[in-house]
Amino acid sequence: MSLEHFMQNAISEWMRVKGPESHIVFSSRVRIARNLTAYPFPMLSTSSQAEAVVREVEEAWKKERDSHPLLKDAELIRMRDLTDLEKRVLVEKHLISPMLAEESRHGAVLLSKDESVSIMINEEDHIRIQCLFPGLQLERAWEMANRIDDWFEKHLSYAFDDQCGYLTSCPTNVGTGIRASVMVHLPALAMTQQLDRLLPAITQVGLAVRGIYGEGSEALGQLYQVSNQVTLGQSEDEILDKLQGVVRQMIQHEELARQRLLETSSIQLEDRVHRSYGVLAHSRIIDSKEAMQRLSDVRLGVDTGLIRGVSANVMNELMVMTQPGFLQQYAGMRLDAEQRDVRRSKLIRERLSMEKDQDES
Amino acid sequence: MLCPECGKRPATLHYTKIVNGHKSEFHLCEVCAQEKGEYMQMPGFENGFSFHQLLSGLLNFDASPSEPGGHGGAPKPHIHRCPTCGLTYNQFSKIGRFGCADCYKTFRDRLVPLLRRVHGHASHRGKIPERTKGELKLRRELERLKEELALRVQAEEFEEAARLRDQIRSLQEKLEK
Ligand SMILES: [Zn+2]
Ligand SMILES: [Zn+2]
Repeated sequence: MSLEHFMQNAISEWMRVKGPESHIVFSSRVRIARNLTAYPFPMLSTSSQAEAVVREVEEAWKKERDSHPLLKDAELIRMRDLTDLEKRVLVEKHLISPMLAEESRHGAVLLSKDESVSIMINEEDHIRIQCLFPGLQLERAWEMANRIDDWFEKHLSYAFDDQCGYLTSCPTNVGTGIRASVMVHLPALAMTQQLDRLLPAITQVGLAVRGIYGEGSEALGQLYQVSNQVTLGQSEDEILDKLQGVVRQMIQHEELARQRLLETSSIQLEDRVHRSYGVLAHSRIIDSKEAMQRLSDVRLGVDTGLIRGVSANVMNELMVMTQPGFLQQYAGMRLDAEQRDVRRSKLIRERLSMEKDQDES
Repeated sequence: MLCPECGKRPATLHYTKIVNGHKSEFHLCEVCAQEKGEYMQMPGFENGFSFHQLLSGLLNFDASPSEPGGHGGAPKPHIHRCPTCGLTYNQFSKIGRFGCADCYKTFRDRLVPLLRRVHGHASHRGKIPERTKGELKLRRELERLKEELALRVQAEEFEEAARLRDQIRSLQEKLEK
C-alpha cells in the first residue's frame, strides 16, 4: 500500500480541515450519553437485550437518514465483525473507546463518512453520540450532537428523570450526560515551566486536564485534553461557556509564552525545532516517546514561522499514524516494539519527503 | 483524595493506563506525576473511568457512618435491591455504576448527597427531551391547579372550585394515557 493511499484511510476527513485557533487547539469534541427506558444498562443487559438496543438505534437512524448528509453516508459497524487490529486503529483515531473495543460483547458504532460523528452503541451507556471538529469549535460540536439527539429521540424512548435529567450508568455522567473536551498543544508553556502552575489551577475550577499521551508536565508532545467534570446542575451552554473561557485563557498564555521565547531565546528555539526536524528527517530508529517530542517541536517551529515548507497538519497526522496499531496496519503484519521503532522512523521520513516534493512542485 | 504515591498532596491527575491489555487507574499529584513521567500505550479515551476510584471512595465514606447502630429512625434497608435489575447498593458502591434507570429511583435517598458531592448540585438544569417536555408541562400545570383548588375551597368559592376540579380531572386523564 502506498503511503498516500494509507493516509487516505488513516486521516479522518475532518482532520484535514483547518479550524479556528488551530495553532494551539487541535480539536473539540462533545459527547452525550443516552439510555433507553426499555432495557437495563449495557453492563447488565442480556445478549438479546443488547441486540435489541442496536436494532432500535439502527432503525431510528434509518428513519432519520435524510435529515442530514452526515447520517446519510454513515455506516453501522459491529465490533464482532472487526479484527483486533481494526478495532485498535479506531481507538487510535479516537473514534471508539478502548472499552467498546475490548469489553463490549454487543458493541457497535455508527460512523459518519468524514468520521466527525461517531455514535457508540452498548458502551457504558446504550448510546454515546460524539462529534469531533478541528480547532476550537465547541458550540458547533454541541449543536451537531444536539440535533442528532433530537432526531433519535423522535423514535427512541430515553431514560429521563425530572430531578436527575438523563440517566446514565455512572452517576458522574448523569444530568446533561455531556462531556466536552478540547485538545490543546502547549509546548511553550511547558518549556517555560509554567504548566506546573497552570494545570492545577484548571482542576480547581472543576475541569479535568490530562495528557493525551502521558501525564502532567511530562505529557508526550505537550498535548492536553481539557474537559468538564460536572454534568448535573448546569445547563449544556453553561458547561460549554466555562470550558471555552478557560481554553481561551490557555491560548492567551501559550501565545504569550511563545512570543517571549521568540524574543528572549530565539536562536535556542530555532536550534531546537530544526534539530528535531533533522532527527525526524534522518533517523533510522525512533521510539514513540521521542517521536512525539520531536513532532511537537516541529509543530511549534511551523506555528511560530521558524520552519517553512512543512504543513502544520503533519504533526497531527503523524501523531496518529505512528501509533502501534497504525504502524502494524501499514506494515500489514504484527510488529514487536523494536520493529515498530524502525517502521516508525521510515514512515516519518517518507511523510516528510512528501512535503518536500509538494514544496518543489 | 490524597496522592497515593506521596500521601501528602491532593491527587489532581486521574488517568487510565493499559498495560498488557489490563486497564489500571492512576491518581497522582502534580509533583509525582512529573517525577513518574508516565506515558500511555494507547491514547486514553476519557470515559469517566478516572473518576470511578474517587467515586467509590465517596461511596464508601457515605455508607460507613450511617449504617451500623442507627438510632432507630426510618428503617434503613441494608440490602436494598433495585426491583428492576437486582443491583444492590453495595454492588453499586463497588463498581460505581448503576444497572438500570430504576436504580436512580430505588437509591434516591442515598444518591442525593453523593450527587451533591460529585457535581455540587443534585437537580438537572439542562436539556429536556421533547416528549418529556410536554408531559412535564402538564404535570406542573396539574400541581398549580391543585394548589389553586385548595385556595378556592378555603375561600369558599365553590363554583370556581368545581370548574378547577373538572380541569384537574381532564388533565389527569390526559397524563394517564
Ligand atoms: Zn504525590
Ligand atoms: Zn436497577
